[in-house]
Amino acid sequence: MVLYIVQRILAAIPVMGFVALFVFLLLRLTPGDPAAIIAGDTATPDQLDAIRESLGLNEPLFVQFFSWIGQLLQGDFGTSILSGKPVLELIADRMEPTISLALTTIILSVLIAVPLGVIAAWKQGTLIDRFVMLLSVLGFSVPVFVIGYLMISAFSMQLGWFPVQGFKPLGEGVGQFFHRIALPTFTLTLLYIALIARITRTSMLEILGDDYVRTARAKGLPERKVLMRHALRNCSVPIITVIGIGFALIISGVVVTESVFNLPGLGRLTVDAVLSRDYPVIQAVILLASLIYVVINLLIDIAYVLLDPRIRYA
Amino acid sequence: MSLLEINDLRIALNGEHDKQVVKGLNLSIEPGQTMCLVGESGSGKSLTALAAMGLLPPVLKPISGTINLKGEDMLKASASRMRELRAVSMSMIFQEPMTALNPVARVGQQIEEVLEFHSSMSKSARAKRAKEMMEAVHLPDVDKMYRSFPHQLSGGQRQRIMIAMALVMRPQLLIADEPTTALDVTTQAQILSLIRELREDQGAAVLFITHDMGVVSEIADDVTVLKLGEVMETQSVDNLLRHPQTDYTRDLLQSVPSQVPRLARAQTSDNIVLATQDLNKTYGGGGWFSRGREVKAAQDVSIHLNKGRTLGIVGESGSGKTTVARCIMRLIDPTSGKVMVDGTDIATMSQKELKPHRKDIQIVFQDPMRSLNPRIEVGQSIIEGPLNFGTPRHEALARARELLELVGLPASAVDRFPHQFSGGQRQRIAIARALAMDPDVLVADEAVSALDVSVQAQVLDLLAELQERLGLGILFITHDLGVAAQICDDVLVMQYGQVVEYGPAAQVLGAPKQDYTKALIAAAPGRHWDFANFRPFAEMAD
Repeated sequence: MVLYIVQRILAAIPVMGFVALFVFLLLRLTPGDPAAIIAGDTATPDQLDAIRESLGLNEPLFVQFFSWIGQLLQGDFGTSILSGKPVLELIADRMEPTISLALTTIILSVLIAVPLGVIAAWKQGTLIDRFVMLLSVLGFSVPVFVIGYLMISAFSMQLGWFPVQGFKPLGEGVGQFFHRIALPTFTLTLLYIALIARITRTSMLEILGDDYVRTARAKGLPERKVLMRHALRNCSVPIITVIGIGFALIISGVVVTESVFNLPGLGRLTVDAVLSRDYPVIQAVILLASLIYVVINLLIDIAYVLLDPRIRYA
Repeated sequence: MSLLEINDLRIALNGEHDKQVVKGLNLSIEPGQTMCLVGESGSGKSLTALAAMGLLPPVLKPISGTINLKGEDMLKASASRMRELRAVSMSMIFQEPMTALNPVARVGQQIEEVLEFHSSMSKSARAKRAKEMMEAVHLPDVDKMYRSFPHQLSGGQRQRIMIAMALVMRPQLLIADEPTTALDVTTQAQILSLIRELREDQGAAVLFITHDMGVVSEIADDVTVLKLGEVMETQSVDNLLRHPQTDYTRDLLQSVPSQVPRLARAQTSDNIVLATQDLNKTYGGGGWFSRGREVKAAQDVSIHLNKGRTLGIVGESGSGKTTVARCIMRLIDPTSGKVMVDGTDIATMSQKELKPHRKDIQIVFQDPMRSLNPRIEVGQSIIEGPLNFGTPRHEALARARELLELVGLPASAVDRFPHQFSGGQRQRIAIARALAMDPDVLVADEAVSALDVSVQAQVLDLLAELQERLGLGILFITHDLGVAAQICDDVLVMQYGQVVEYGPAAQVLGAPKQDYTKALIAAAPGRHWDFANFRPFAEMAD
C-alpha cells in the first residue's frame, strides 16, 4: 500500500512538469502585454521597455521558463505584477473562503444527495423518484447565478435571515462563519445534489438487480440493511469518484458564486489575474489547481482500494 | 401434513390473466424429501421457487393459488413475516456462486449476518457458529477463509459458502436453483454429495431445480417435469426415468447426450486440414514494475484434424481448452509452436499475411445471445465476411439465404434482427455466418453449452449433417463429456494447460488410461443411466 502511494506520487511529478510547461507557454503565446497594463495608456516606449526589463519579460522564453521553475522549486512563486505582493501570500489569503465553501458544499450535498439517490432507486418509478429526478434536472439546468440571486432575494432581502454578501473566517466565530457561508453553500449545493443523487440512483439501480442483493433478501435481512450494507457499499466507487471530482471543481474555480456573494476566494483571484495579465498569479493558481486534481485523484484511488477488495493496487 | 404444498399456483406478467408464465402448478414436498423440478428455459421452475421465497421480480405477480409452508400461505404473508421465515424455515441457494455473494463483504460476515437478524446470539457466538457451519460444508482452513472475500475463493468454495449461509439456521426446506450448473463436473459431484449429506444431517427437505437429467438421477427422490409453466408429470425418479408418461418427458430423456462414445467413423480423407505442433501459450510474466505470475495456459499441445472429422477438446474451467482454440484462430498469439491450416503455418504470420487464411477457419462461440451484433440484421452479419473478401453484395446475400435454409431457418430471416430469434435459432445463425466463409475448419467453442438439451440435440445433429455434406473438419471444445462422446471421433483431454490423454473417442472416453480422465468420467452425473433407452446401463447386457 505504501509502495503504491509512493509510486503514484512519483508518477505525478512528470504530470506536474507538463502542466507547468503548458501553463507557461499558453500565457506567453496569447496576445496581451502586462507591461502595457502596468504602465497605463500614456506610457512611452522607453517606459514600457524599462518595465519589461524589470519583470524579466524581455529574456528568451526558455530562460524565463527555467528561472521560473528554479524559483518554484525553492518555494518562490514570484510576486504579483499588479499588486507587488508575493503570489504565495495572495493565494494563502484566498484559500480559506474557497476551501470552506468547497467543504460545506460537498458535505451538505452528500448528506442530502446519497439518501435521495438510494430512495429514488429503491422506489423507482414512484412519485419520490420523479421528484428526485426533477430536482436533479433543475440543479443541472438552472444557472448558478440565477439560484444565487433568487436565494439573496428570498432569504436576505425579503426574510432577512442571512447577510447578502461577504465572508467571516472560522477563527472569528463558528456562528458568524456558518451564517455568512450558508447562502453560497445552498446555492452551489443544488448542482452537486443533482450530480451526486443522479449517479447514486443510476448505480443503485444497477446494483439492485444483482444476484447478491437477491441473496441478501433471501437471507431475510431487513430492507434497510439490504440497501445500505449490500447495495450502497457496492456503489461507493462511482459515488466517491463524482464527489472527488466535484470537490476539485469547486476549489479550482467557483467564480460565479464567489462573485455573486462577494467572497474573496481563489476563483475571483484567478479572474482578476487573467483580466490584468498577472502572469505569476495565473501560473501559480493553475499549478495549484492541477496539484489539487492530482492529489484528489490519488485519494480517490486509495479510497477504491479500501472500499473494494477486488481492486488491487498494481 | 406436507412441508410445502403448492396448489394451483398461477404467476402472470404484470398480473394480467392472459400473460401467465406459471399455469396452475401443483406440488407437494414431505419433510426430508428431495423433489426435483425439471424443465427447459421458460418452464417456470425458477419462478415457482422465487414465489415461495417471496422474491419474484415486481413485474411478475402471483394471481391465484396457495403456497403453504407448514400450513401457512406464503402468498398471503406480510413482508415482515416473510423476512422472519427466510433463512429460518426456508432458504435458497442460486445458480451463480460468482455473483450471488456480495463482492465487498467478507464471506464469514455474510454467514454471520444471517444469525445477526434471526437469533439473539452474541457476536462471538455467531462467529463460532458460522465457523462450525463452514466446517460442516467441508471448507478448508476455516479461520482464514472466514476473513476472505468472495473473489479469493473458487466457484465450488463459494457455493459451499452459499450452502453454509442457507443452512446455518437449520431451515426445514432448502430451495436449490440450479446450484451446480455453473460448476465443473468434479466440483458438481462434490456439491451434490454435500447437499445429500446435509439433508441427512439436518433432516431438511430439498426442492432442487435443474435442467440436467444426469443431476436428477443422482439426487432426486421424486421429480416434477415442467413445460411452459405447466406440470407434465410427477413421479418417483426411478419410475420417471424408466416409464415416462408423457411425450415431452420422453423427448427430454432422449435428447440427453449419451456418455457412451460413438465409434470413430471410417477416415475418408488423408487431408489434414488443421494441425498444431508443440503449441504453447504463456500469460503474464513480469513487466518492468510488476512481478506478474506466469501462467502456462497451454503447454506443448499437438493435434491433427482430418477433413470431415471431429476432434473434441475436453476439460474443466482453467484447463486451457479455450486458449488452444483462440491460438488456433489467432485471436491471441501463441507463445511458441506451429499452427498449420491446410499445411501452412499461421502461428507467426502478421495480421496482413494472415488475412487470406482467415476464411479457412471459422469459429462459433458459446453464447448466441451475445455473439451476434444486436443492431445489425442477420443477413448483414452473415455477409460481412464474404464482402470483406470481395464477394459482390447481391451474390453474398443470395448465398446468405441459401445458408439460412441450410441451417434450417427461412431465407427471409436475412432481414430480421437477432433478438427476434430464440437461442437455438441464433446459434444456427452463428453457424451460417461461419459457413459463409466456406471454411475447411469450424471451431465450436462450447457452442451448445448455453442451449436447452432438446435444442442442443438439434444443433448437434445440424453440425453432423453439415459436416457430412460439406466435409468440414470440426474442432469441438466442450466441458460436457456426454456431448463429446456423442459427436467426436477423437478426443483430447486437458488439465492445467497440459494434454492428459489424446486418442480415438471410444478409447479415451470408453477405456481411459489416465487417472484424471477416469475421475472426470466418474464425476459426470447420470453416467449409470442410458436415458435414451429408459434404463440403467447395468441392465443393458441382458
